[in-house]
Amino acid sequence: MFKKRRSLLFVGGPVLLLALVVTVSVSAGTNRKGGANAIPAPAVPNAKAIKAKYGGQSITFIGDSVGGGHTRDMALATRFTKATGIKVKVVPHPTASDASYSQLARVFTSHGSSFDVAMIDVVWPGAFAPYLVDLKPKLGKQAKLHAAGIVANDTVKGRLVAMPWFGDFGILYYRTDLLKKYGYSAPPTTWAQLFAMAKKIQDGEQASNPQFSGFVFQGNSYEGLTCDALEWIASSGGGQFVDGGKVTINNPKAAAILTLFQKNIGVTTPRGVTSYQEGEAHTAFVTGNAAFMRNWPYAYSIAADPKQSKVVGKFSVTTLPHGPGGKPVGTVGGWQLAVNKYSKHQDAAIEFVRYMTSPAVERFDAITNTNVPTIPAVAKDPAVVKANPYLKPQIATVARVTRPARYLGTHYNEGSKEIYQGISQILNGASANSVLPSIQSKLQQLVK
Amino acid sequence: MSSVATPVPPTGRRRRRSKLQRRQTRLAWLLLVPSLAVVAFVAIYPLGKTVYQSFTNQEFLALEPTKWVGLENYRELLHDTVFRHAVWKTIEFTLITVGFEFALGLAIALVVNSSFKGRGVMRAVMLVPWAIPTVVAAQMWKWMLDDTFGVVNDAGTRLHILSHSQAWISDPSTALAAVCAVDIWKTTPFVALLLLAGLQVIPGDLYEAAEVDGASQLQQFRKITLPLLAPAILVTLIFRTLDALRVFDVFYVFFGNRPDTQTMAIYNQDTIVGDGHVGYGAAISVAIFLIIALFVVIYVTFMRVTED
Repeated sequence: MFKKRRSLLFVGGPVLLLALVVTVSVSAGTNRKGGANAIPAPAVPNAKAIKAKYGGQSITFIGDSVGGGHTRDMALATRFTKATGIKVKVVPHPTASDASYSQLARVFTSHGSSFDVAMIDVVWPGAFAPYLVDLKPKLGKQAKLHAAGIVANDTVKGRLVAMPWFGDFGILYYRTDLLKKYGYSAPPTTWAQLFAMAKKIQDGEQASNPQFSGFVFQGNSYEGLTCDALEWIASSGGGQFVDGGKVTINNPKAAAILTLFQKNIGVTTPRGVTSYQEGEAHTAFVTGNAAFMRNWPYAYSIAADPKQSKVVGKFSVTTLPHGPGGKPVGTVGGWQLAVNKYSKHQDAAIEFVRYMTSPAVERFDAITNTNVPTIPAVAKDPAVVKANPYLKPQIATVARVTRPARYLGTHYNEGSKEIYQGISQILNGASANSVLPSIQSKLQQLVK
Repeated sequence: MSSVATPVPPTGRRRRRSKLQRRQTRLAWLLLVPSLAVVAFVAIYPLGKTVYQSFTNQEFLALEPTKWVGLENYRELLHDTVFRHAVWKTIEFTLITVGFEFALGLAIALVVNSSFKGRGVMRAVMLVPWAIPTVVAAQMWKWMLDDTFGVVNDAGTRLHILSHSQAWISDPSTALAAVCAVDIWKTTPFVALLLLAGLQVIPGDLYEAAEVDGASQLQQFRKITLPLLAPAILVTLIFRTLDALRVFDVFYVFFGNRPDTQTMAIYNQDTIVGDGHVGYGAAISVAIFLIIALFVVIYVTFMRVTED
């Protein structure tokens, strides 16, 4: 035994195998490219003057990572750099927005200048305001083009701390071909109808496709679940978690709709939907494995793109269903661009924000990525309306509900976590009547 | 460096020795200063700072300045049911994974230690799971265990091992089993490697002698292999236990911050980074440090006992 001892490791083998495994697993996740309607990135107005002043400076932009967002950011940044000589390093943020919030909070707390421009969620301006540059002096005029409500949301104590970039609200995607096949003439208007239809279609389709499920949404324990659950509860007359400064989440209507969802996990949805974020949901839908999906408008461009989707021409969108005695709602989402107060190139960063929130770029984004324009004039542009059917008045005018950022302030992330962790427990089997009171009491400690 | 610092045993020529000894000691300290400085900078300072922070109410994005709050954070921690749940989850995970990894690792090490054709290739191949970065491996398994498109369910149902697709990760009743399985898959080779190293230093002539004396294979294993392997076993168990108690990556990729599957490290990270409670998070860090230290003390005591 002694003399047979040889070198413990044969190094080449594992390294080669490892390289293979890593390459395969990485390439599996990167097949997202381009939108349904490719148009070139718009020109930068006033590029020469900007180049003369700030050319050669470098800025870092914390950008998008969901759907075609990163591709869009790269296209726009490349165009901007070419025109102005300002180098833009695009860093995609974590796909879960609560993780993205933590990342920014950490940099702000340490007064870091590791990024200059960041996309921030519609619920963050209150918490981040002290760390952001007031954009009013330079971009106040451009802000007037944007929807007044969003500009007001981004204005904290008279300072315009962020520029609206694109809006968001929850909508229902459905398969027109399957509705027809199973004898339905219209999409569901109540949650109960949705689950009944989902069940019937799923039972029929699973005979030929065992991966098929009726309904997919964002059920993971993360910010997206707070958004989805707000729609379920508010559309059932159960309030918006916190109403008029009072925590209201613990009520019978909320318990009833959450229990309805709980009963449907693994029945009309995949059992694994409780670990789905946006990406998992749209993947299931565009590969033809789901009849209904709750998602943001961005998913429209992916579902309509023949390169990525098997359901082109077989789906449509409408408002989300509602509960008994309620009406349809959509959670307000949306992203703003903000400039870090500790940035060393604030002026160059502001010029980048000026370009990114201009009407031409919003039009480009709306057409290539089906994101909701925050400039009303862009939302009426015929080419934009054609690419974004959810901009039809009957869908776009749905009642909007907002997450309780106003009441939670700097504790927003923690409060939202209490909400989504509790609801995650309910979806995974805990009783709504036992979990809701504990969310209620935790929120009460955080609401000022 | 350690040989310089080793005390020289006293002999007859005491005075000259001690002069030399003093000079050697001085040199030893001089040579140690850089590494001591590094240790102070990367270990003692952060640890001290964490302990200090645990007595304050420091917060991210705080609107008011940080205050000294004494034992307040620790008092709160005593009643923190989420933390208690995380501690038990972590210990449960540790016992299961270390147990399986040790048993399987020992079996593999014994097999690979015997001579057969292609042994070198075998040793290399078995290390592959361990060589893959944990986050990559975890994401790979997350997809493989998915209930709609995962290969595990597909193969299981086709072979009639499973009656229906199982959401291994999402379903709380199988979540811990799934994450343990992935950790065992990934770390068993590492355990096997450490034990194999221990096996290889056992001289072959001991077995030859035992053979001559007519000892059976089982007797050889119990009387020669196990006692001589004991130091390697203890080192392996310490490594693995401490690693398992600090587990973060697999759980984070699998579950995010789902409440029922939080480990101590995830709860700690979430408290500091997610909620921004730096002070309270520091208290959690200190508590975790003490819990891990407790395990080290248990092991080291056990090791001394066996040495005696």
